[in-house]
Amino acid sequence: MPDTPIALELTDIHKSYGSLEVLKGVSLKAKDGDVISILGSSGSGKSTLLRCINLLEQPVKGRVIIGGEELKLKTGKSGELEAENRKQLEDMRSRIGFVFQNFNLWPHKTILGNIIEAPMNVLKQSRAQAVERAEGLLKKVGLYEKKDAYPGNLSGGQQQRVAIARALAMDPQVLLFDEPTSALDPELVNEVLSVMRELAEEGRTMLIVTHEMRFARDVSSQVVFLHQGQIEEIGTPEQVFDNPKSQRVRDFMSSHN
Amino acid sequence: MIDLHGFGHLLLAGTWVTVKLALVSLSLGLVFGLLGAAAKLSEYKVLRAIATTYTTLIRGIPELLIVFAIYFGGSALVMGFASMFGYDEYIEVNPFMAGVAALSIAFGAYATEVFRMAILSIPQGQWESAQALGMTRGKTFFRIILPQVWRVALPGLGNLFQVLLKDTALVSVVGLQDIIRQATTAISSTKEPFTFYLAAACIYLILTAIATAGTLWMERACTPQLRYKG
Ligand SMILES: Nc1ncnc2c1ncn2[C@@H]1O[C@H](COP(=O)(O)OP(=O)(O)OP(=O)(O)O)[C@@H](O)[C@H]1O
Ligand SMILES: [Mg+2]
Repeated sequence: MPDTPIALELTDIHKSYGSLEVLKGVSLKAKDGDVISILGSSGSGKSTLLRCINLLEQPVKGRVIIGGEELKLKTGKSGELEAENRKQLEDMRSRIGFVFQNFNLWPHKTILGNIIEAPMNVLKQSRAQAVERAEGLLKKVGLYEKKDAYPGNLSGGQQQRVAIARALAMDPQVLLFDEPTSALDPELVNEVLSVMRELAEEGRTMLIVTHEMRFARDVSSQVVFLHQGQIEEIGTPEQVFDNPKSQRVRDFMSSHN
Repeated sequence: MIDLHGFGHLLLAGTWVTVKLALVSLSLGLVFGLLGAAAKLSEYKVLRAIATTYTTLIRGIPELLIVFAIYFGGSALVMGFASMFGYDEYIEVNPFMAGVAALSIAFGAYATEVFRMAILSIPQGQWESAQALGMTRGKTFFRIILPQVWRVALPGLGNLFQVLLKDTALVSVVGLQDIIRQATTAISSTKEPFTFYLAAACIYLILTAIATAGTLWMERACTPQLRYKG
């Protein structure tokens, strides 16, 4: 499908921490409905890449385009890029869902409160509207009966499902996942993966940093292997998992069976 | 029971003044503390320097001297200002106002540190998850961070409030009709210092006990997940 619209385009993203160059020019395109898994060993820059997309980290160079709209960036005092216009950044962030490794739910708000906060405050939905949508999403992730609980009352797997519902409540164009199951006990991993699998089947555009190889192979339309801040290999799951060109990827795959 | 020789109503009036002074100073002091913490954590050097000077200076001076400085310094300042407009009579600063100023400035200096530590204790991820949803920095601070800061700061603030309650007694030296002052008045006519100072001590004890209970109640109110049954 050559004319599927581009949901997300990253061009030549560079990022340094002091003299340590963590991203050395990464470019990536996701079409609507793409599910792109990002693999790589620890420290290869996976989280940093994801966080540069919505400027939780400030790249030193590069371009970010979401749904055809380019995020306007300028060089700040520190030499890193910052948003030219706070308003545009906030607007673009509201269209990019981000799911964190540690969930980062707000402990002082109920589950429902966590989900309706941004729709009411950012999208200016009425409470009734936001609650209706939130309840629907909680049913979808199987946690409707927990809507009046607090994050501290839930297991890690349940918290992560709430975090996914919170991101979905904004109806984002792209969903970014940074190792969403890495902080979970093994028996809780599958409940989160099955929610994500469902999202992939619905045609959501997702970028997923993960160490769950089976899952990545099953759901991805593309797999990216990152090494020392550069894309070492990119292709379909079959190419990257079964026939990697790079020796490094081959070694990685055999050590992660 | 202690016989107050009909001076009970004086002590009661004094208690009301003490409570008012403590509560007004608390409210203002919390504002100073929040502003101080915001300044200390600000990216602007000037603000950080001002806040550091404030806390270092105030915490290094006895509260009694702060009361004097504001009461006498304040009246000198007001008189100097009035004489510029041709008014040369002696002007006295209202002791209540002076007390509020001194105690809230002192409370604010200590509360700055309590708030600063509390803000720093909130994980970065709490800011990030709100900002990743497109919330502004201001909304994130007021709706996501501050309620959590409040919870963390409560025990420390409760402590400071107890100190503040007792420090209100200092303001009696500049003529505020608080518990201590009224007790002294009663003593000068009854010649029974033990009775009235004992009564004053009991009143302070009751007030601090109420403050402690209030703090505990608020801590519980701010930890709603403890009450969830599901
Ligand atoms: N705030 C920071 N300051 C300095 N260096 C950092 C910072 N964050 C990350 N780094 C460094 O940047 C590099 C890439 O980190 P990043 O977290 O993106 O790796 P990753 O691929 O996500 O690894 P992991 O699988 O362990 O999560 C690492 O060498 C890391 O030490
Ligand atoms: Mg990471």
